[in-house]
Amino acid sequence: MTKLFGWTGVVLHIDLTTGQATREHPDPSVYRAFLGGKGLAGHYLRPHATRETDDPALPLLIFAGPLNATIAPTSGRATIMSRSPLTGGICDDSVGGRLGTQLKRAGYDGLVITGRSDVPCGIEISDGDVRISGTDLWGRTSDRVFDRLESAIPKGASLACIGPASENGSPLGSILVDRRHAAGRGGLGMVMAAKNLKHFTIKGTGKVRVHDKNGLKEAREEILRLTAASPVLLGRHGFSCWGTGSIFDLMDSRRMMPTDNFRRTRFENAASLNAAAYKKRFSPRRHGCTGCHIMCKKIADDGRTMPEFETMSHFTALVGNTDMELVMEANELCNGLGLDTISAGSTLACLREITGRDFTPETLLDGIREMARGGDLGQGALHLAETMGRPDAAMTVKGMELPAYDPRGAYGMSLAYAVSTRGGCHLRAYPISHEILRKPVATDRFSFSGKARIIKISEDMNAAVDSLTACKFTFFAASLEEYAKAFTAVTGVDMTGFELLEIGERIYYNERIMNAANGFDAADDDLPQRFFTEPGTSGGGVDIRPLDRETFLEARRSYYFIRGLDEDGLPTEAKTRELELD
Amino acid sequence: MKSLCEKYAAKLAAQRLADPGEPLIGGLDAELAWNREDPRTAELAKVFDLLSINSLVFSRPAEPYAAIIDFLASRHPETIRPQDTETRTFLHDIPVCREFTGEAVAAHLKKRKSVIIPGQGIASFGTVTPEQGFVFYSSTIFSCFVLFFSEYLARARAGTLDDEYREVFASVSAGLSDPCTEPPALAAGPLETEDQALAAMAEAGRAVVGYGLVDSFFGNISCRLNDVVHISQTGSSLDELEGCIDPCPMDGSATTGLTASSELSAHEDVYRRSDYRCILHGHPKFSVIMSMDCARIDCPNRGQCHIKCTECRTMDGVPIVPGEVGTGPTGLCNTLPPAMARTGAALVHGHGVFTAGATDFNEAFIRLLDIENRSRQRYFETVKAHE
Ligand code: SF4
Repeated sequence: MTKLFGWTGVVLHIDLTTGQATREHPDPSVYRAFLGGKGLAGHYLRPHATRETDDPALPLLIFAGPLNATIAPTSGRATIMSRSPLTGGICDDSVGGRLGTQLKRAGYDGLVITGRSDVPCGIEISDGDVRISGTDLWGRTSDRVFDRLESAIPKGASLACIGPASENGSPLGSILVDRRHAAGRGGLGMVMAAKNLKHFTIKGTGKVRVHDKNGLKEAREEILRLTAASPVLLGRHGFSCWGTGSIFDLMDSRRMMPTDNFRRTRFENAASLNAAAYKKRFSPRRHGCTGCHIMCKKIADDGRTMPEFETMSHFTALVGNTDMELVMEANELCNGLGLDTISAGSTLACLREITGRDFTPETLLDGIREMARGGDLGQGALHLAETMGRPDAAMTVKGMELPAYDPRGAYGMSLAYAVSTRGGCHLRAYPISHEILRKPVATDRFSFSGKARIIKISEDMNAAVDSLTACKFTFFAASLEEYAKAFTAVTGVDMTGFELLEIGERIYYNERIMNAANGFDAADDDLPQRFFTEPGTSGGGVDIRPLDRETFLEARRSYYFIRGLDEDGLPTEAKTRELELD
Repeated sequence: MKSLCEKYAAKLAAQRLADPGEPLIGGLDAELAWNREDPRTAELAKVFDLLSINSLVFSRPAEPYAAIIDFLASRHPETIRPQDTETRTFLHDIPVCREFTGEAVAAHLKKRKSVIIPGQGIASFGTVTPEQGFVFYSSTIFSCFVLFFSEYLARARAGTLDDEYREVFASVSAGLSDPCTEPPALAAGPLETEDQALAAMAEAGRAVVGYGLVDSFFGNISCRLNDVVHISQTGSSLDELEGCIDPCPMDGSATTGLTASSELSAHEDVYRRSDYRCILHGHPKFSVIMSMDCARIDCPNRGQCHIKCTECRTMDGVPIVPGEVGTGPTGLCNTLPPAMARTGAALVHGHGVFTAGATDFNEAFIRLLDIENRSRQRYFETVKAHE
């Protein structure tokens, strides 16, 4: 086989039942069709998409992209993908840290883990060497795993693990990577637990072959110039200085901060719980994913990982807490137990609404601990609300808890939540970019006009971004035009931004096909009733009304039409063929 | 969608970037809608089939811009590479397309944000709203204007002008509208309340656009009130600032500046170093051209003047500093504030002019206008001296 540029040309399959590791060389056409990361992982998931999440044959997929381990900015991310135990649909998480870079350096574009080990185990990959061995760390919190293994693994290696929540069967279980990065959403940790896999380590020493180094340097400079010109990324108030929490003040001023389980959209104490307040109290330092110059992650002066925006918001406004230290503790606890902070916060808010009982610091932290024990609370908001006879109190889409952007304050966001293949997720189309952050240009946040197509195009774009794999935040400034240049320089494959967008469309449609196979249809592309019947908290010149059901449905119809789905949101034969997905 | 298409068609005409009735703007949600009927929409509609976009802006520019882009396209048959900041940061370069077919236009737009079709016009697109196409269209005109006049001056200096360039230059120059010399009477300071400050900013923003000192985008404006800097939002239109101004406390107690102009850091630092209360930033064309004109042909930093220039250059005494948009090690946030604090005005290489005022926007506006008019005068004097 001719050697590839950018890609390594090798996908490693590990069967935990047999202990076998095999190397596959995918046809170059597969790379062209699916790029890498999310795209390639989706390609490998498709034949198994309907398997139960505890079926040993269901693969857990870990994929890097063609740009990983090159100087393309923010290209150090990776995709972890499988079927979600929380939603029953597909689920891919883009995760930072060193994972993608080490995987590529070890010589692999991806890792397909199947089977089930007899005993709890760990995988250690060091270039061509793959070892599976028993572990005595089952039941331990993630921080204990990192404490124990970090000093024992080669310097610079990437280490991922699950916490007790996944082991105890919570579909809110996350996978922690390099201590401070989480593949949080959708319960992929539980898929790992079902394989009896507690942790894996990857270390590579190889280099990625780049086709045109000068071209890549030029593309890199263009991207860096654009990010330097971006207030959100590198501006004085941007992510680089303050972390993603810098968006907190905007959500407050735009009156779209989900409060009291989305019953209100303004939290009176917000001004004292913003990123500036955390900065003052915890003097955080910068940290980031490998290869990133934005460095949006933050570490407190006492070494704790600072909460992301969604955690800051959900563990205050959503659950009625005003104690910053408690947010820090909740964040640490969730990460240690291996729980997705967004889903955890939202499930607790749901419990608070149903019981009418406010949390004290003790009951809040106890609630988190209880979740990790895998009982009703640990099954997520939808299960909890249904069990308690109040399904209306679950603020979920497709069973996944909504993050910290109230959909009544940004109509594109409401449509994006509803049609997202992953469920209640803000990252598929990420309309916050234009509805709130004014990038690439501002759109009217209280209008559905034009939003159906915008959502479709952005989903395609982000699918391409997650497949390259780059960081979505960069796209507040750069576009696929600049990344296409980087891609071409790295791989030698001529590609324009629009061609990447076309590949993004294929990747996203593939997800709709997999979800349809699991019974998802238009009924699942919907929002909780509350958003259509109850207003948010108006004031300050902003009127937060309930969403108009008819206009929402009209926008969803347009989306289906534009996406090439039928009226029930299901894939059509014609479009499937057109995208060569048949 | 149709009303948005109509809005930006009207804006192109109002800003004299296209003659009224010329622009064709298409917007696609579930259905494709155009701002007006025209036989060419059938061809342009094909671009929507070939690219994943939601809007297309196409127009022949008004004169003298049409003559400029056609001339540049004849000199640079495949790609035009202006050197100003707008191109360097956002457009990269501007391809030239020889055929007016949907396929050819789409093939070029696949790679770049706008395309010049000689004899026909400029096409650009949006994936979110027609506003993006409008911005790219207007940036293309701005960049081509700057390149046309800069190249002429550079050739005049080098003694390499030819008759054709001379001829087109003469006719384009004759077609320029007369400079405005009378400044407007803006709200008089001191601006003491938030309402006064916001109203004064909106008024000054409209005047900067009305006087042609910026093409509505990419400029910015701010006003310090106690320890809060009120600044126009990123990508806002200076002639439509109502509701698009962010209050940013200078003590770092809030991050509301997340949507503020990318020059917030530079503005804040000017305020920290001086007693000024108002700052205007525009992209007046001749100021940009003159900021890039340099007699040191053999300078080792040629080609990187925008970040590496170490000379103390001025335009009629107004300092010219290097610096890129926003932050970063070569950002103008490092170079602009000291220069501005000293003199109350500065040009950034290839980018535009910043001016400050102590009490209100009158002083800043008069300086901005004066710098542009003096730049224009110096430009033609310099050309003449070398021709
Ligand atoms: S911006 Fe943040 S999340 Fe994105 S790559 Fe950089 S550090 Fe990682």
